[in-house]
Amino acid sequence: MENKRIQNLTSVVFLLALFALVIFLEQVIKPTDTMAMLLTVTKKSAVYALVAVSMNLLNGFTGLFSLGQAGFMLMGAYTYAIFTIESERRDSVYYYFDQVVNVSLPETLGGALGSVGWLVGVLLAIILGGLVAAGVAYLIGFPVLRLKSDYLAIATLGFAEIIRAIFQWRMLGPVTNAANPLKSYVRLSDFKIGTGDAAINISTFVAVLLAVVCIGIIVMLINSSYGRAFKAIREDEVAAEAMGINLYKHKQIAFCISSFFAGVGGAMLAMFANTVQANNFKSNMTFEILLIVVLGGIGSVSGSCIAAVFFIFASEWWLRGLDSGRFLGIFAPGIFRNGFRLVIFSVGIMLVILFFRRGLMGDKELPYYVKWIKDKLTTQKPKAGEANG
Amino acid sequence: MVLFNTTLPYLLSGISVGGQYALIAIGYTMVYGILRLINFAHADVFMVSALCMVYAVTTFQIPLYIAIPLVVALTVLLGFAIERVAYRPLRSAPRMSVMVSAIAVSYTLQNLALYITGGLNKNYPSIPWLSDSITVLEATTKRVTVVTPFLTIALVVILVMFIQRTKIGTAMRAVAKDFETSRLMGIKVDSVISMTFIIGSFLAGIGSMLFFTNYPGVIPTAGAMPGMKAFVAAVFGGIGSIPGAVLGGFVIGICESLIKGLDTILVNTGLLQSPLELATFSDAFTFVLLILILVFKPTGLLGEKIADKV
Repeated sequence: MENKRIQNLTSVVFLLALFALVIFLEQVIKPTDTMAMLLTVTKKSAVYALVAVSMNLLNGFTGLFSLGQAGFMLMGAYTYAIFTIESERRDSVYYYFDQVVNVSLPETLGGALGSVGWLVGVLLAIILGGLVAAGVAYLIGFPVLRLKSDYLAIATLGFAEIIRAIFQWRMLGPVTNAANPLKSYVRLSDFKIGTGDAAINISTFVAVLLAVVCIGIIVMLINSSYGRAFKAIREDEVAAEAMGINLYKHKQIAFCISSFFAGVGGAMLAMFANTVQANNFKSNMTFEILLIVVLGGIGSVSGSCIAAVFFIFASEWWLRGLDSGRFLGIFAPGIFRNGFRLVIFSVGIMLVILFFRRGLMGDKELPYYVKWIKDKLTTQKPKAGEANG
Repeated sequence: MVLFNTTLPYLLSGISVGGQYALIAIGYTMVYGILRLINFAHADVFMVSALCMVYAVTTFQIPLYIAIPLVVALTVLLGFAIERVAYRPLRSAPRMSVMVSAIAVSYTLQNLALYITGGLNKNYPSIPWLSDSITVLEATTKRVTVVTPFLTIALVVILVMFIQRTKIGTAMRAVAKDFETSRLMGIKVDSVISMTFIIGSFLAGIGSMLFFTNYPGVIPTAGAMPGMKAFVAAVFGGIGSIPGAVLGGFVIGICESLIKGLDTILVNTGLLQSPLELATFSDAFTFVLLILILVFKPTGLLGEKIADKV
């Protein structure tokens, strides 16, 4: 009990320190600095961490191999964007269509309640995005969750493609703007305290905060009795059922919750990316997230978070030089040209998958390793005789 | 008559695309039958094969009669190498790790293609006899459209005979039936698996030539969609069954092509006043078929029933 309290306290302190660091960096780094990239990749990794954890909930903790993530993210992103587009710019966004949805939640609530209302409106839109994704997941769950392993994977992948096609359908243009991008909605960069030049930018903080809150909820779920039921299903379906766990119900719960957070992640990706277009949510996006989950360790939340940060930092920032001619001081524009970064990157992933099959963390969490290192440092190695006895 | 005239071109191209899907689907179905692995990299082998052809003909100016066998050989080599490097070390690992490895290979091949092509659309060289225009029952099309189904059927007949009559074919069937027992019986499982990948890649190489002759160009993600569809074809026909994969390939090719033309067909026959843009769903419909078959007949049309072991 005491141990648990110390652990919780440590996490809270760690998170507060993280928030403080993010806020501090955001004030110090100017948009023109070379370090400004740090803020961009932090935002993106927050989004990917959330989506990876939501996928891990399904693939790692419940043992349901689902590849529908991109589809649920797409729904979250679209729902969010549609309900937050500025009413003045609606006509220019829906240039080819007569838009049907004419509500902008942040504006409506902001008009009534000021900036608090605006914030509530944005949050509502994000949650709505998650709910739409969860609702669709609920419906998809009926046929799909009866399938096993690979078949489930391929069926969910298929559903993601169907969803993408539906959102691009011209007949739905008045709602989704068909294949054209949605823009002019509330973005991360709109989060500021104050106005004009003196405004304090808090966009990175908002992204990190949202991700942390959502991941926290998922962790609480995993530690609850539902989480234990999920793990039981992962270990052995037949045994779990024999122990009185309703398989279908629990799979459905895991699927809907995972999709909800994928939807929220999609909404955050929309906030990050400034435009939303169905064509960006292809199966490759799901595969990237799956690779993050595998790299971090299937069944480890902190592993997914760390892997997401590494994945995004490496692919978007650290290895940039491989694309633009100069890397680690070596200048070779003939080899280091566009795309080389991704080649190196994917070969690296390949090596991890072949030689470090359990990923970064296996199925353990960060505190386990902290404790492990501490034990190594404080206790001396037992003598050979003792170890055998 | 109006119905027939408007439908015919779509039907023709559907049969042709179906034949190409069938050739790719065989690679999926054979590998799945033996390793229980969705070989996601197969689609990219198909794409790389097309790129090899582009570079062999346009960049290196190799004459076609050498280039075609060379490209097929390279494709086979690639398929063989992928199995050796990415799947064999994971033979005893859980199935999910192997599948993730397949996804990683696919990711690597796509990124490599992106690097080499610079992300540009590469025009596929026209193969003289195949890309000539011909007229079938008043519908103009390329000769490849007509050749594909016959070539597919011929190759499949040879393959089925190979599997039924030869020693290695028998070994393949044995391994597909029971991995462990066939190893105990003295079958060299690893070489059987290599053979499976060789055959699958060979057919994918032929399929890619037929497919891209009818297609504007090659991009790094060009393999993804045909690959997914071919896999669905394999599931639809019953995974592990070669005739099933062929049947599935044709069904999916024809459905896809008809949906592409559904607006035109419906408007021309007067059933519809204005087009509904249903062509958007030509890709998605494949997955609708997939889900329907998985729900109502999970073993596919011609698949065998596998009992669940606890």
